[in-house]
Amino acid sequence: MGVLGAGTGHQFFVTGDPLILASQIAIGLTILGIVGGLTYFKKWRWLWTEWLTTVDHKRIGILYILAGVLMFFRGGVDGLMMRLQTSRPEMEFLNSQHYNEIFTTHGIVMILFAAMPLLIGIMNVVLPLQLGARDVAFPWLNALSFWLFFVGAMLFNISFVIGGSPDAGWTSYFPLAGKEFTPGIGNNYYAVALQIAGIGTLATGINFIVTVLKMRAPGMTLMKMPMFAWTSFITSIIIVAAFPIFTVALLLMTMDRLFGTHFFTVAAGGEPMLWLNLFWLWGHPEVYIVALPAFGMFSEVISTYSRKNLYGYSTMVWSIITIAFLSMIVWVHHFYTMGSGPAVNSFFSITTMLIAVPTGVKIFNWLFTMRKGRIKFTTSMLWALAFIPCFTIGGVTGVMLAMAAADYQYHNTMFLVAHFHYVLIPGVVFAVFAGLYYWWPKMFGFTLNERIGKWHFWLFVIGFNMTFMPMFFVGLDGMSRRMYTYSAGLGWENPLMFSFIGSLVLAAGFAAMVYNIYWSFRYAKRGVDHDPWDARTLEWATASPVQAYNFAKIPEVKSTEAFWDMKKEGTHTLKESEIEKIHLPSNSGVPFLLSVAIGIVGFFLVFEWFIPAAIAAVLIIVGLIVRSFDYDEGFYVSVDEITKTEKKWRGDL
Amino acid sequence: MAGKVDTSLPLEYQTHQDRMNILGFWVFLGAEIVLFATLFASYFILVDRTAGGPSGADIFHLKEVLINTFLLLTSSFTAGLMIREMRNHNLKGMLILFGITLLLGLGFLSVEIYEFTIFVDKGAAIGTSAFTSALFTLLGTHGAHVSLGIGWGILIMIQLVKRGLTPTTARKTFIFSLYWHFLDVVWIFIFTFVYLKGMVM
Ligand code: HEM
Ligand SMILES: [Cu+2]
Repeated sequence: MGVLGAGTGHQFFVTGDPLILASQIAIGLTILGIVGGLTYFKKWRWLWTEWLTTVDHKRIGILYILAGVLMFFRGGVDGLMMRLQTSRPEMEFLNSQHYNEIFTTHGIVMILFAAMPLLIGIMNVVLPLQLGARDVAFPWLNALSFWLFFVGAMLFNISFVIGGSPDAGWTSYFPLAGKEFTPGIGNNYYAVALQIAGIGTLATGINFIVTVLKMRAPGMTLMKMPMFAWTSFITSIIIVAAFPIFTVALLLMTMDRLFGTHFFTVAAGGEPMLWLNLFWLWGHPEVYIVALPAFGMFSEVISTYSRKNLYGYSTMVWSIITIAFLSMIVWVHHFYTMGSGPAVNSFFSITTMLIAVPTGVKIFNWLFTMRKGRIKFTTSMLWALAFIPCFTIGGVTGVMLAMAAADYQYHNTMFLVAHFHYVLIPGVVFAVFAGLYYWWPKMFGFTLNERIGKWHFWLFVIGFNMTFMPMFFVGLDGMSRRMYTYSAGLGWENPLMFSFIGSLVLAAGFAAMVYNIYWSFRYAKRGVDHDPWDARTLEWATASPVQAYNFAKIPEVKSTEAFWDMKKEGTHTLKESEIEKIHLPSNSGVPFLLSVAIGIVGFFLVFEWFIPAAIAAVLIIVGLIVRSFDYDEGFYVSVDEITKTEKKWRGDL
Repeated sequence: MAGKVDTSLPLEYQTHQDRMNILGFWVFLGAEIVLFATLFASYFILVDRTAGGPSGADIFHLKEVLINTFLLLTSSFTAGLMIREMRNHNLKGMLILFGITLLLGLGFLSVEIYEFTIFVDKGAAIGTSAFTSALFTLLGTHGAHVSLGIGWGILIMIQLVKRGLTPTTARKTFIFSLYWHFLDVVWIFIFTFVYLKGMVM
């Protein structure tokens, strides 16, 4: 292996592996392609003014979604490589080190850089609209959140070509993740990149809490908020309660790896179990941070396409609140086997099983919403329907895992891997797909193709079950998690081969989605109605795609289904005399530049180049000073312009 | 959004955006509470793990700690007076108190750095044991917050001088004062549960 650059024992450019070489070439070509394309079509200015400096929540949402889809691809390739590697005994496609790196990055990329941005992206687009608001509470901070997340994600992603990937699992347990056992810089990437992205997420949580508390349209009491807004709100609260724990855990990890402290080492009194506790004190709530907004999306989709209001609204609200509370007191179920003792294990066993109760309530509410409904089987609705049985399998196996005594059998086997994929994929990924098909016209003004959508749906759902169902059985049969190879004759070959084929079907489903997006951008009919699904909540009361100012006139709300009422009463109209000028915030390049500066400092820290890091930190300080002195008060959209825009989609006023 | 000032409300609560900023800052302080609580919890878990190195009783010195406590508590008090002057629309008094607050903060930081050198002299560096790691990290995080607060405060003072007392500068000053009081509360916990407990036990 060639060593270029840094002399501390690791190489700067990772070389010597043909797979990585191929990715390096691909990355190089992609960058060339993007830079060349932007220059050729003279789009730099457009990129800067429309996207890099935007503070519009809808655009920020689209940026999040775009990044999420990209990261889903990256994580998916990791997943395919793992399945290929275990498809036959004694396979030599990946060596053990490479396998370690891939399951580590796969887990992190999927949860933090794919699921989170996809959900936060949709929340960004939809939440202010559902509240009848013109924006989020802090548009500038919102842009900063996105760019911090994005810079963190990119920093993490370059690890495999520059310096080497983290390789201690997405949970990065100590002492393995410490300097002593992983002296390279891979796990520095983990500590630094996740910190940057995590701070962005924390800021989003604060932003959305204030948005919900202070920006609801007149008349919208909390108990009249749409369900997706409720779940976004509770998710934001969990973010603010849980992410600071992760911030500290990563800080302590950074101190241990970079500055020679002894928080988690075995030597000098450190305590590896402290890491496990801190990690899962954040990590378990994190599961609900991604699951709750997804539940909210299903609620909207199921009620719209069943053409009924949501059954049991207030029990839904209370079950989310209960889940949020319980999610904070179950973390020990991730390490029953690590000697906590029977009393502690029993406590956490019971709290874990209790979560099944409010979750079950929600499932029944969805079923009752559909009961006697006139169901329309659109692609979105199909995702919601498939979610229910698949997620139930995940939930039931979860209760099996919750039994501490039994967990000594399943702990860290493929059974666990199957379980959490059966929760995360239906509970998050299906929901994101349902949400994308549902809200796509709001973002872009056209619908995704339903026929390709059905291909996407069937390939993905069948592929998902084929991939993960066999893992339950090999897991019970003793195959442990994170095993990179095994000998023939254990009886695992056939299920694992089947699982690999399933993952190819799954990948085909993803490809169908990408093709659908491409096809629809080129050919779908434009100028779709502002309310194509005959929906019930406020986001459908305004144009598709939504104008910069969201609502020409802030709606008045009387019930949970504000827009449905307006349609019945014919009050969602606008009179020309009602139009007033609207205030909007100005674009700003500071969030982007500040995040890039933070990314540069992060990069130097990863390599433990402290002097360059200190110098680059000056850029961050400059950014903060610029922000502090920024008194830009935004601008007004004139009555004329609003009138013109509104006439365009409403016809006459 | 400049405009008329509504005298029934404090200056910093004039616009909807101002009110949201203040609420947002309260939520942020909620996150800060979780952050410091986690640091304290880690400290308590590691406090007895001195790995043969010095313990709290060996290195803590009442004199520096009392000076520091006095400096920070006084600065919180002057920050409170500063907000009172703000309510009285007395810009000059406000600036003086703001300056005193920041100087006291600076004094606190200097003593803290001096104290750190004493710790190191007594053989308790950050990497000595799990205990010293937790100690320096907890104190250091608080100290970093104080440093940030001083820099931030200077920026706000410049704006007060340049722009006078407006709803916006008032809101910024008010939020700064919330932050400053919060740091004081954290210090009281550090004083009690790190120093006093460490010296007595
Ligand atoms: C493209 C489809 C996917 C495939 C083929 C796949 C495959 C796998 C495999 C084989 C493992 C186990 C690695 C091992 O322990 O040996 C794994 C682990 C994991 N997966 Fe997936 N996965 C997919 C999608 C997802 C999604 C969508 C998420 C989350 C939203 C996710 C989250 C995780 C996590 C957290 C781990 C644990 C990593 C670790 O052990 O540290 N996966 N995946
Ligand atoms: Cu858990």
